[in-house]
Amino acid sequence: MADLINLIENWIKNLLLSWDVSESVVQLTLQALGSVLVVIICFVIVIVLIWVERKLAGRIQDRFGPNRAGPYGIFQSFADIIKIFTKEYITPSGAEKGLFNIAPVMAMASVLAIWAVFPFAINVIGADVHVGVLYVVAVGAFGILAILMAGWSSNNRYALLGASRSVAMLISYEIPMVVSLLVPVVLAHSMKLSTIVEAQIPWYIFLAPLSALVFTISSMAEIGKAPFDLLEAESELVAGYHTEYSGMKFGMFYVAEFLHQFTVGALITIFFLGGWTGPLAVRWPILGVVYFYGKSLFIYLVISWIRLSLPRIRIDAMLNLNWRFLIPVSFINLVAVAIADRVMMEFDLARWIYVLVMFFINIIILWAALIIAEKNEKSVEREKFPTRPVAVPPGTESK
Amino acid sequence: MVPMIIFGLSSLVTLGAALAVVTNKNILHSAFYLVLSFVGVASIYVLLEAPFIAVVQVLVYIGAIAILIVFAIMLTRRLYSEDLIQRNAQWIWSALGAAVFFLVLGWIVYSANWPVVQQAVPEDTITLLGQDLLSTYVVPFEIASVLLLAALVGAILIGRERE
Repeated sequence: MADLINLIENWIKNLLLSWDVSESVVQLTLQALGSVLVVIICFVIVIVLIWVERKLAGRIQDRFGPNRAGPYGIFQSFADIIKIFTKEYITPSGAEKGLFNIAPVMAMASVLAIWAVFPFAINVIGADVHVGVLYVVAVGAFGILAILMAGWSSNNRYALLGASRSVAMLISYEIPMVVSLLVPVVLAHSMKLSTIVEAQIPWYIFLAPLSALVFTISSMAEIGKAPFDLLEAESELVAGYHTEYSGMKFGMFYVAEFLHQFTVGALITIFFLGGWTGPLAVRWPILGVVYFYGKSLFIYLVISWIRLSLPRIRIDAMLNLNWRFLIPVSFINLVAVAIADRVMMEFDLARWIYVLVMFFINIIILWAALIIAEKNEKSVEREKFPTRPVAVPPGTESK
Repeated sequence: MVPMIIFGLSSLVTLGAALAVVTNKNILHSAFYLVLSFVGVASIYVLLEAPFIAVVQVLVYIGAIAILIVFAIMLTRRLYSEDLIQRNAQWIWSALGAAVFFLVLGWIVYSANWPVVQQAVPEDTITLLGQDLLSTYVVPFEIASVLLLAALVGAILIGRERE
């Protein structure tokens, strides 16, 4: 009973084998079943999450949120799904039909493909590849390509401009994201996601809080929702790369965005919060799955909370945050952690000293970076970008 | 059996997409077909049990180079018009050159004495690769890094706005 997933797997395997199905076909069937299952769970979670997030947004912004369909508006997402499926697909004239239709599928696929390598429990792993971290980073490239495709094939200048705006930001925020992902790799001495999860004694958020912070901020930018939604700020500029999309094609971009946020939650869980580990998770792998999804959900809600509390970031602030703060800080942190790890490996120190040293290296770098950033901000930014308040008390207007 | 089917499919995709790259009139379509070709090559690397090369292929060629190409095409006006001239008077000579190069490559691949290892490919190749790069091959590795860094700085210097 404890090992429910492998129990079912073995049952299906034996059933198929008893029907004289060849070994390789059985293997293929099981893998296909597993991937379909993961995808379905993703979609079901997203349907629920859209409702949860809208309700949470209502709560934080002092309004009700969805409250018509069913108790507490719980069926709102289902109503939306039915609506979006029955909506008309509109293809703008002069659009590149093929690329226009592939783009939303690719946006979705690039997010779903990341789930292929996740360790859900001690023995429930899709593909336990040795290059897991690199894979996670590489697959994201298809998402960027999908945005370019969508923007260009729409035959709409606003969509094209929106796409280049999005891609410029996504590419630049990928740098601190990847570099901060390398810190858990250095700490675990492996790129395999299952090894990284198992090596987390204690969780890496205590060893590398700075990397966790940088990774969270840069992944929030990668999601492209508030506070980094200056790319598609509906009230200021035309909606970005998906301007021309309607019906389920738009819905796929929308769902991919939500799924990406949940995937970021899962990534933070794997790299910094110990993945499936937790009390009794080794004995009962099914508990590991619960821990994994629970932690991911928790991170998802934390990200939502941050998103809903912060105003939209200005474009120069967005660039400065990345190039002047996140990138240098993450590189310095990576070098410091790598050197400290190597030195402490030589001396064969106790685990708690190792953890403490790593923690303090991270904190000191963060502290120093904040001081330097504050100084820079005071000396340079105020002259370059003076604040221009719109509402000024009478008599104090500057000439 | 299954690997053979996958190999057939991925080489079909690679070659078909590569053919589409050179024959397509719309240069942006060519760029996207190039991406498809890269995907095919990456899947062949996976079949060869070289996951690191496969992932780096996706990361570098699709994640960086293809996006750069698409960006450059998108931002260049009238480059993706239908009335693009695809060949000039010298096409026969370049075709000849390409054919000769292909024959030479084919002959080398065919006649080379490929070393064959009897035992299975080690499970964790990436650790071995990392150790080799930072011990035996550390000098070439560092030289390559410095070269790339110099190219990066040079590109920024050329692309910088003149004061």
